[in-house]
Amino acid sequence: MNRDRTKGIDRRSFIAASLAAGAALTFEAKIALAAGPGVAEATMLNAFIRILPDNSVIIGAKNPEIGQGIKTMLPMLLADELDVSWEQVKIEQTDANEKLYGPQVAGGSTATPMNWLPARQAGAAARAMLVSAAAAQWKVDAASLTTAGGRVVDKAGGRSATYASLAKAAAAQPAPDLAKVPLKKPNEFHIIGTPKKGVDTPKIVRGEPLFGIDTRLPGLLHAAMVKCPAIGGTLASYDDSAVKSARGVVAVVPISSGQCPAGKQDAVAIVGTSWWAVQKLRDKLVVQWDIAAQQGFSTELYARQAAEALGKAPDATLFKAGDADAALAKAAKVVTGDYSYPFLAHATLEPQNCTALWHEGGTVEFWAPTQNPGNGRKDVAAMMGIAPEAITIHMTRIGGGFGRRLMNDYMVMAGQIAKAVPGRPVKLLFDRTDDMRNDYYRPGGWHRFTAGIDASGALVAFKDHFVTFGANGKAIRAADMPASEFPASVVPDTHLAQSFLTTNLTTGWLRAPTSNAMAFVYQSFMDEVAEAAGTDLPALMLRTLGAPRDLPTERPTVVFSTARARAVIERVVAFAGWTGKPSAVPGKGRGFGFYFSHRGYFAEVVDVTVTDGAVKVDKVWIAGDIGSQIINPLNAEHQAQGAAIDGLAQALVWQPVVQEAGAVQTVTFSDFPLLRMDAKPAEIAISWVKNDYPPTGLGEPTLPPVIPAVANAIRAATGKRLRSLPLQLA
Amino acid sequence: MSMVLTVNRRKRSVDADADKPLLWVLREDLDMPGTKFGCGAGLCGACTVLLDGQAVRSCQTLISEAAGKQITTIEGVTALPAGQKVVEAWTRIDVPQCGYCQAGQIMSATALLTANPKPSAEDILLGMNGNICRCATYVRIERAIREAAGLETKA
Ligand code: FES
Ligand code: FES
Repeated sequence: MNRDRTKGIDRRSFIAASLAAGAALTFEAKIALAAGPGVAEATMLNAFIRILPDNSVIIGAKNPEIGQGIKTMLPMLLADELDVSWEQVKIEQTDANEKLYGPQVAGGSTATPMNWLPARQAGAAARAMLVSAAAAQWKVDAASLTTAGGRVVDKAGGRSATYASLAKAAAAQPAPDLAKVPLKKPNEFHIIGTPKKGVDTPKIVRGEPLFGIDTRLPGLLHAAMVKCPAIGGTLASYDDSAVKSARGVVAVVPISSGQCPAGKQDAVAIVGTSWWAVQKLRDKLVVQWDIAAQQGFSTELYARQAAEALGKAPDATLFKAGDADAALAKAAKVVTGDYSYPFLAHATLEPQNCTALWHEGGTVEFWAPTQNPGNGRKDVAAMMGIAPEAITIHMTRIGGGFGRRLMNDYMVMAGQIAKAVPGRPVKLLFDRTDDMRNDYYRPGGWHRFTAGIDASGALVAFKDHFVTFGANGKAIRAADMPASEFPASVVPDTHLAQSFLTTNLTTGWLRAPTSNAMAFVYQSFMDEVAEAAGTDLPALMLRTLGAPRDLPTERPTVVFSTARARAVIERVVAFAGWTGKPSAVPGKGRGFGFYFSHRGYFAEVVDVTVTDGAVKVDKVWIAGDIGSQIINPLNAEHQAQGAAIDGLAQALVWQPVVQEAGAVQTVTFSDFPLLRMDAKPAEIAISWVKNDYPPTGLGEPTLPPVIPAVANAIRAATGKRLRSLPLQLA
Repeated sequence: MSMVLTVNRRKRSVDADADKPLLWVLREDLDMPGTKFGCGAGLCGACTVLLDGQAVRSCQTLISEAAGKQITTIEGVTALPAGQKVVEAWTRIDVPQCGYCQAGQIMSATALLTANPKPSAEDILLGMNGNICRCATYVRIERAIREAAGLETKA
């Protein structure tokens, strides 16, 4: 293809068509995106489309698939504008190559807002070149031609041609300006907005190898690790004499995931021809760890320190407006409440794993189930002292992400093991206990709230003393709270303050990070305020949100629209038949929760039945606003159901991560149980509020509000206010 | 030790330690990675296979226990009449999210419907509660089982 067209215009968009071997026609589109509403930062996005001689179409799926449905959804955008039928489309997972494809991250529900326009522009531009080719060939005006099902149609001339047959002529057409290429109107979509099944579903139900753990290569070796029990502990010495001589053992390799992030994560890997065999040998490895600096940390210590911190002045102010103390002194009523939530593990069902092959000459190739291959590349390069270009990353399907695989410790470790056995691929697999003990946990936290209400029942003063985990006067990863947290953003006299504890545990993002905790504490406490004000939570929320307007958030490109918040609250109130009156049936209760996260607005109502202290969730109503278009309604329903049930697990399943003497003790699915089928609600009803805003992501924002909705429903059912997670009735 | 296993109606000879669980024999020795490792402790059901039609956790099943029995895995489940129906319903409803648990779910559902072609809601819970789905596809799992069984499904 004509590479000249791309030279020196890195910040500009282009599409290039070429005749490539094996394909009739290949389109490559590179699209510059300025930062703007719905887009996190300026970025380049790439798309590729290949039209084969049989007129089928291959579309590259560039983002990691963790069950969020992106491998199906992004190609839907391209295929619709290209005007091919979905049945013609084959989808191929691309490699990780940020230079070529732009950001390839499964995190933060960002893929939809980032790709909604550019993916469609790429499809539309390719279509425009095919139409121009047909117009030139038939000597008619391009505007008189239409397309459908991968053909250009000349109605007046009574003729049509397949895209494949136009390949040669299309490749010679001038490329249209991607920014100006006309896009379909919503009523012209034939793929977007229609239910599409997951592209890998047929392979999944046949048990075909898809996941990282299934990677098969000639001469594949396997590695199991003995990891320091306390995160941050270091390897003092080891004796591998009883291991090295065992049948099938190829190497014993000390490793560290020190780049993920700071702090050493030392381990010793045993490499051999069978994972089953090497993991069994771990008992025979004699290892001395230095955990002197870690062994003081425990769950019990954090609780004690948090209680002390709450009794003292906060370390730092996060946000201050007016004079909260003065306003509280004048308030008609003051409400207080102490809330907390525990550390949580991700517990993806596919344990962490990664396959790596160190080539002679110092390059390394990965088969990695990672949500963020770009960061994996950086981490490996830094840890191993090699150039980022020396690293090739193949992306596998991923057996659950939930944020765990935004971190790339397993890549760094697999890379080091591979270097010790050059020329042979090696797969590192964590067993379940390794996985539970070496997570990047959702950090626990504590909040002391104080709110003041005036005589009319309006919220006039608000304080939160947040005790979280920090270092150097700043919250550590995922332990932060937005300074714009509602209602602090609208109450005139407000003070959000924080104090920091320290931990040796590595922390990280768990699906709807920060939001999953903040929704619970803020919306539960707001329910208390509503009660004190003699109203209910939806009514208090509407009153506190006030007039329709846009409020700033932590991100310059994202605003919080009170109008959109009001709309979902009003929708769920109508949809669930919310009256605010207690149930006439003893043991039954109904609760409400609202939360804005990841650009999505969600209001949810939960019905519970409490029998002998056991909570059963009967029904969940969800009203959600993710903009103008639900791209794949089938997957949208799956995501909303899954996230709501995931939230119920955080609310109700006893699964705190317990730490003693520096080490996590919660290591199996019996001490960290996951929600099972018997706890699923009988019904989950979903209603979408649509408007003119561009579509945004759905992997996360359904989750947070369900947690306070359950807590508030339990209060309604039993009179008991539960202020810590998981929600336990004595 | 060397032994002969019958997997999906085919005889396969294996040379492995007697204490090696069937899960790892399938994945490593027979090159059949459809059966998944989730916990290795009998707690998640990701490794479920059928032994003479009964659902078992292959991570807890020694190969010596599997010898002489009919082993059915996800790769061969559609050869069973119930398995065929289950896989069809799973595909039609698009049950999977990440998909990692689904081989185990399909095997448990197949065992359930083979033994009990018209299960009650309670029977479905009993048959499926040993299988964790971290993505929480439970609503669709239940619906797919009801459809595969030809039971009325709620709209
Ligand atoms: S891997 Fe066998 S039950 Fe979890
Ligand atoms: S589909 Fe992901 S664990 Fe079940």
